[in-house]
Amino acid sequence: MIEETLIPKVGVVTDIRKDTPDVKTFRVVGTDGKKLFEHMPGQCAMVSVPGVGECMFSITSSPTNQEFMEFSIKKCGCVTEVLHAMEVGQQITVRGPYGRNFPVEEDFKGKDLLFIAGGIGLAPLRSVINYVRHYRENYGKVVIVYGARSADDLVDFEEIKTEWKNEPNFEVYLTIDRPQEGWDDHVGFVPSYVKELGLDSNMTAVLCGPPIMIKFTLQGLLELGFEKSRVYTTLELRMKCGVGKCGRCNVGDKFVCKDGPVFRMDQLDELPDEY
Amino acid sequence: MLKIAKERLNELYGKIAQTQGLFIPVKKAGEVNYAIWGEGKEVSLETLKTVKSPKNMFFPQTENMMKFKTEGKNIDIIDMRDEKRPYVLFGVKACDYKAIEVLDKVFLADPVDTFYKARREATTIVTLACSRPEESCFCSVFGIDATAPAGDVTVWLDNENLYWQSNTEKGEALTAAVKELFTDGGEAEVEAQKAATKEILQKLPFAALDLSRFKPENLNELFDDPAWEELSEACLGCGTCTFVCPTCQCFDIRDFKTNDGILRYRCWDSCMYSDFTLMAHGNSRTTQMQRYRQRFMHKLVYYPSQNDGLYSCVGCGRCVNKCPQHLNIVKVIKTLGGKNDD
Amino acid sequence: MREVELKMKERAAELLQSGEVARVIGWKKGEFYFDPTPAVFESADELDGFVYNGFCGANLSKYLIQQSKKEGKTAIFLKPCDSFSFNQLVKEHRIKREDIYVIAIECQGKLDVEKLKEKGVSAVTEVEENGGEVVVSSLYGTVTLAKDEVLLSKCETCKSKVHQVKDEEIVFNEMQAGKKDRFEMVEKLEAMTEAERFAFWKEQLSKCIRCNACRNVCPACSCIKCVFDNPASGVAAKANDSEFEEQMFHIIRAFHVAGRCTDCGECSRVCPQNIPLHLLNRKFIKDIDTLYGEYQAGETADGKTPLTSYTESDAEPNDVMNGEAK
Repeated sequence: MIEETLIPKVGVVTDIRKDTPDVKTFRVVGTDGKKLFEHMPGQCAMVSVPGVGECMFSITSSPTNQEFMEFSIKKCGCVTEVLHAMEVGQQITVRGPYGRNFPVEEDFKGKDLLFIAGGIGLAPLRSVINYVRHYRENYGKVVIVYGARSADDLVDFEEIKTEWKNEPNFEVYLTIDRPQEGWDDHVGFVPSYVKELGLDSNMTAVLCGPPIMIKFTLQGLLELGFEKSRVYTTLELRMKCGVGKCGRCNVGDKFVCKDGPVFRMDQLDELPDEY
Repeated sequence: MLKIAKERLNELYGKIAQTQGLFIPVKKAGEVNYAIWGEGKEVSLETLKTVKSPKNMFFPQTENMMKFKTEGKNIDIIDMRDEKRPYVLFGVKACDYKAIEVLDKVFLADPVDTFYKARREATTIVTLACSRPEESCFCSVFGIDATAPAGDVTVWLDNENLYWQSNTEKGEALTAAVKELFTDGGEAEVEAQKAATKEILQKLPFAALDLSRFKPENLNELFDDPAWEELSEACLGCGTCTFVCPTCQCFDIRDFKTNDGILRYRCWDSCMYSDFTLMAHGNSRTTQMQRYRQRFMHKLVYYPSQNDGLYSCVGCGRCVNKCPQHLNIVKVIKTLGGKNDD
Repeated sequence: MREVELKMKERAAELLQSGEVARVIGWKKGEFYFDPTPAVFESADELDGFVYNGFCGANLSKYLIQQSKKEGKTAIFLKPCDSFSFNQLVKEHRIKREDIYVIAIECQGKLDVEKLKEKGVSAVTEVEENGGEVVVSSLYGTVTLAKDEVLLSKCETCKSKVHQVKDEEIVFNEMQAGKKDRFEMVEKLEAMTEAERFAFWKEQLSKCIRCNACRNVCPACSCIKCVFDNPASGVAAKANDSEFEEQMFHIIRAFHVAGRCTDCGECSRVCPQNIPLHLLNRKFIKDIDTLYGEYQAGETADGKTPLTSYTESDAEPNDVMNGEAK
C-alpha cells in the first residue's frame, strides 16, 4: 500500500512521568519496540487518541535518543485530558515528523546558545538542548534561563538539576514567579530575569513559552542588543493535517505546520499579526 | 472534431457508463449538482453553474479515511483506501477546470494526498465550453478562456449537436470507446459559437476587475487595510461561499464512534466558522472580520504567494450568486484590488 | 418604492446628524440592482450607497444582537415580517427595546433573483419594478415578468403586512398580505403517506451541504454557542454524508426554534440548495395552533408562549402521538 501521511502509526506508551501537577511526559515506541521515526529538534508529531482527537505536539526527546520518543504534554483540552488519564501499555497513534526544525546543523553550529523558556515552553527546547549536549563539541557556551509559576511547575526538573547543571560550559538559571518555601534560587518573571542577567548579545537565542513571556523577553533581549535575526521562537496554532493542506494554521502566507513551527523573529516581523 | 446529435446524448452517457462511472450535472429536487448518471436521471448540461462545483469528485465533502479497532489497550488501524474504479467527469466548465489545477497544487504537493490523487488519476475529465455566461461570471479576469477549456476532452454544445475534441491520451482512450456514436465535423459551428460567446464575455459587468494590488509584496498593507471591517460587516459567518467555491479546500479531520470501531473521516471545513482556529487555549481569529479577511487574503494573496502568482479564485461567481447577504469576492476586489495604480 | 427609499434615507440622515442614534441598520447598494447588502451606517456621509428596493428581502433584525450592544442608540428599518423577529428577540432578552429606534417601512413583497433566472432570464444586469410588473434587462435581451411570479417564496405566503412594533413609520401605499395560503404545502405533506413524506424530505435534505446559512441567518438561532459547534456536546459534526446527520441537524434545529420561529422565511431564502426548510417550522406552527390555540411568535414582546407555559387543558403527549388531540 502507498504511504499516506494522514494515516498514523500505532505507538505504545511505555512510560509516563508526572513532571508537574499538569504536565506529564510520555515515552512512546512502535509496536515493534523500536523508535517510530527519526526527527530533528523542534519538529512535531500528531498524536492521537482515536475517538477523541488528534493534536500536534512538539517532540521533547532528542533525535540522538535511539530508543524512544518523548512528549511532554500539558493538560488543557479534550485529547490531553485523556492522555493524562492513560496507563502505561496503552496504545496511541502517532504521525510525523512535521515542520521545520531548529537550524542545529546550520546557523546554530559553532555559536554560543541562549535558551529561554517559560513553563511548558521547555518541551521543544529540551530536544535541542539535549541534541547540543550530545554533539557538545559543535557548539559554544550554552545558557539556559527557565522559569515557571512555581518550583512544582518546572518541567524535567530532575534532568535539569542532575544533568544540565553539571554539563561543562553550561549555565542554568532557574526562576519562579513567587517565593516558595524550600526554593533558594531566583524569584521573578523570566523577562526581568533575562535583563538582570545582562546576557551577551552575541549569543543565538531561542525563546519558547507563553505569548506574553515571549513578547516581553524579546523586548528585553532587543534592549540588551540582540539582533532579531538571531532570535528564534516557535508558534502554535490549530492544526488538523500537519502538512499545509487543511488550511487553518497559516499566518499570512506561511503555514505553521510546514513553514514553522520554528521562526526567526525577523521572519515573524514580516508576517501579519495574527497568531 | 467529432459531433453527435443532442437527442442521442443519452446513448453517449449509456455507452460511457457501461465501462466507467459517469459523473455529470443532474437535476435533483430542483437543483443541479454533479451526480452519478443512470437511466432516468435528468441531465442538465445547459445549467451554467452547478450549486456545488465538481471539486467533490476529488475532494468529497465527507470521506472515510481509516478505521480504528480498539481492544483493551491495543489499537488496530484499518486503511480504508480502495482501488478507484475509473470514471468520467463530464461537463466541467472552464472555471471549474482551472479550479482543479488550483486544488492539485495543494493536494498533489509533497507529501501527496493519496486519497485525492487516486481519484484524480482514475478520472477522465470532459470539459464543456460556455455559451451563455452570466452577469456573475468573471473567469476572464483570471486569464481563463470559457470558450475553449482544457481537459482530456473538450465538448461544445449548441441547439443541435454536441461537438467533441480529445486533447490527451486519456481523452483518446475515451474517444475510442464512444467513437461509433459520432460523425466527423463541427469545426465551423464551434468557431461560430466561440466568437459569439467571446463577444458576450467582453460585455460582462465584471470583465475588467483590477487585480493589480493583490501581490505578495502588498501582503501586510492589504492585511491591515481598514476596509475589511466594512466589507465583512454583514457576514453571517456561514460556510456557503466556501462550500460552493470550487477552490476552497480547507478540511477538518474528525473521529466518529460507530458500533464497528472508530471511524476517522475528513470533511469540508470553512475558515468562516468560529471554531476553525479554536484551540484548547486560545483562538487566533476571534472576529468574523478576521475570518472573512482570511478567506479572501488566501484566495488573492497567500495562495498566489505560495504558488507562483496563481490566484485561487477562478471567477466562477458562485459566491456572488449564493451569499445570503450578497457579500462576495467581487466587492473585495473592487474595494482593494486596484489602489496601487497611482 | 422610490419615494419610500428617499424618505428612509432622509430620516436616516436626520437621525444620525441630530445624534439621536449612533447608527442606522439598513441596506446598501450592491454590484447590481438585485444584490443589496445589509449595512450599518454610522454617519450621514456614509448614506450615499443607501438603498431600499424590491430585493431587500433580508431580515435585518438579527444584526441588532451585536449592533445594539454598542454605545448609543441603534435605528433599524423593519419590514412588517421583520418586526415579528424583533419582538421575539426582545422577548428572549437578546436585545433591549429601549436601545433601539424602530422605523417601520413599507413592503410590497420582495423579489427573488433566482426566480428571474428560472424564467429563463440569465445574465441579468438591471431590474426595474413597475407596479405589478418587473422589467428585467439582461445581456441576452429584455423581458417583462409579472411580479407575482418572481416573489420570494416567503413573500408569496406573507402572513401579515402589519408592523408589530414601531417608533415611526414610512408607509405611503396600502400593503397586502400574501395571496397564497402558507399552510397549503404543510397540508400536502400531512396528506402524504409516511413513505412519501420520508422520500420527499430525503430528497430535499440530501442536497444539504451543512453550510449553516439557515442557522446563522435565523433570528431564533441566537445561541452564543450552538450545540452543533460544541465539541463537548457529542453531536458537533460537520459531516453531511449520511441522511441521519442531515435530518438530525435540521430536525433538531426545527424543534429548537419551535414556538419561537416567527416564520420569517429567511432559512429558505438563504439556502444555497433551495431546500424548503421553512416547511419544517411551519408544521410546528400549525401543530401549535391546533394543539394550543392560535399563536404567532413575535406578535408581542412579552406574554406567555404555548410551549413554555403549562395549562391543565394542554394536550397529552400520547393523544398527540395517536392523533387524538383536539
